[in-house]
Amino acid sequence: MTRVIKYIFYDILRTRFILFYTFFLCLSTFALFQLDSDSGKVVLSLLNIVLMVVPLVSVVFTTIHFFNSYEFIELMLAQPINRRVIFLGEYLAVAFSLCIAYLVGIGVPVLLFGANQSALTLLFTGVVLTLVFVSLAFLSSVLTRDKAKAIGIALLFWFYFSLIYDGLLLWVVYSFSDYPLEKVTLTLIAFNPVDLARIIMLLQLDISALMGYTGAFYQQFFGSYVGMLFSTSILFVWIILPLWTALRIFSRKDL
Amino acid sequence: MISLKDISKNFGKLKVLDHVSLDLKSGRSYALIGPNGSGKTTLIKSILGMVIPTSGEILVDSHSIFNDWKYREKIGYMPQIGRYPDNMRIGQLIDMMKNIRQDLTKTDEELIDSFKLFKMYDKPLHTLSGGTRQKVSAALAFLFNAPILILDEPTAGLDPVSVEILKEKILHEKRFGKLIIISSHILSDLDELTTDIVYIFEGKVQYNNTIEALKEETQETRLGKAIAMLIRQKELLFSVTE
Repeated sequence: MTRVIKYIFYDILRTRFILFYTFFLCLSTFALFQLDSDSGKVVLSLLNIVLMVVPLVSVVFTTIHFFNSYEFIELMLAQPINRRVIFLGEYLAVAFSLCIAYLVGIGVPVLLFGANQSALTLLFTGVVLTLVFVSLAFLSSVLTRDKAKAIGIALLFWFYFSLIYDGLLLWVVYSFSDYPLEKVTLTLIAFNPVDLARIIMLLQLDISALMGYTGAFYQQFFGSYVGMLFSTSILFVWIILPLWTALRIFSRKDL
Repeated sequence: MISLKDISKNFGKLKVLDHVSLDLKSGRSYALIGPNGSGKTTLIKSILGMVIPTSGEILVDSHSIFNDWKYREKIGYMPQIGRYPDNMRIGQLIDMMKNIRQDLTKTDEELIDSFKLFKMYDKPLHTLSGGTRQKVSAALAFLFNAPILILDEPTAGLDPVSVEILKEKILHEKRFGKLIIISSHILSDLDELTTDIVYIFEGKVQYNNTIEALKEETQETRLGKAIAMLIRQKELLFSVTE
């Protein structure tokens, strides 16, 4: 397994995309710290970048990488190597390089300008979001043989969770505003990893009061030990479930 | 050594393999022939576990290959179109394969030498011509001294000198009692290299016997003519039953 991962990892490093990604994150973090001296505000601005850019880069990079390494996968399949090892090797190598890029790109400037609890939470949610969207991208890659289709599906995941889902949620909240919706929205949020990450961050930044009564309810729920545990484990389900489904499809796929 | 039991494979509605049963024994070499799209490559890929049959069972050394991967140690495979990671060099590719296979006690680098691949170790794989690519595939298939060799159109695209080198190598391995499966359209090559004929048409095994038997049945001395005769007979039979 380690040998397979090693070769995939070299392959990823050779494309240099990861370096650009790291550089981009680093540059934007530095720029934000230059603009504002209040680290709380910087983290809030960074949050918006993280919630949009990290999932997008993760899905696009993963799908393109998967289809570019199709030859490698084919070559490995004729060798005495378990299919699961090949697949998990791909996943681990991609996830690891994207996470390292993120941690270096955001983490280094944040540590330089002084890390606090909320900055560390931001690093954590970013890593988890990366893992979630890498899983989703692997799922979309094994669903089809066509590269363009796979990227389309992967982008749809991103679009859905970043934009469409929020719209739907807002619509539900608005049209049923006469009813008590706290628990319903809490459940609905669990179905969107991006929202989950956002809520964890907002509560950490102590601006949940801006969200009124609902915010207070979330604060009460997510702020507690159980709430943190709940949201983190739901996020892990979001990593495991697509990955497991993709692995099952891949181990029966004709190549 | 390899036995296929009632293998069927459908790609959607298309039936590529239709209840194929075959027994392939060590020490013999089989010519897999049949028109384009008759299911030869699908059959080969099923043995390698790259394509998973819709029904039926494949045994290698009397162990089912379903969910197994260890048995591929015994197989050297040369694909019809060798597709390799674009940004690697020939040397890196060979090193990688050795590194991944690990059992380096009995590597066989004869083809690397005779194809003079070591002179091109620095060449990136995406710049290779079809023929050189084919040479790399052949070198990799023979590299680990596997007791089963599966060669999918091995001589297609090679220059005459290299064809002779490769044929020499196949004959050499044949003498060691290896099981060799060759799919090809070049019948004159098969006459020298193989002992048995497996003719596949529309996903079914239409004929499976030794070359001598075929020659005797058709009263022809050349394999090419004998096979043409066989195909004509089968087609005639097919049109009558239709």
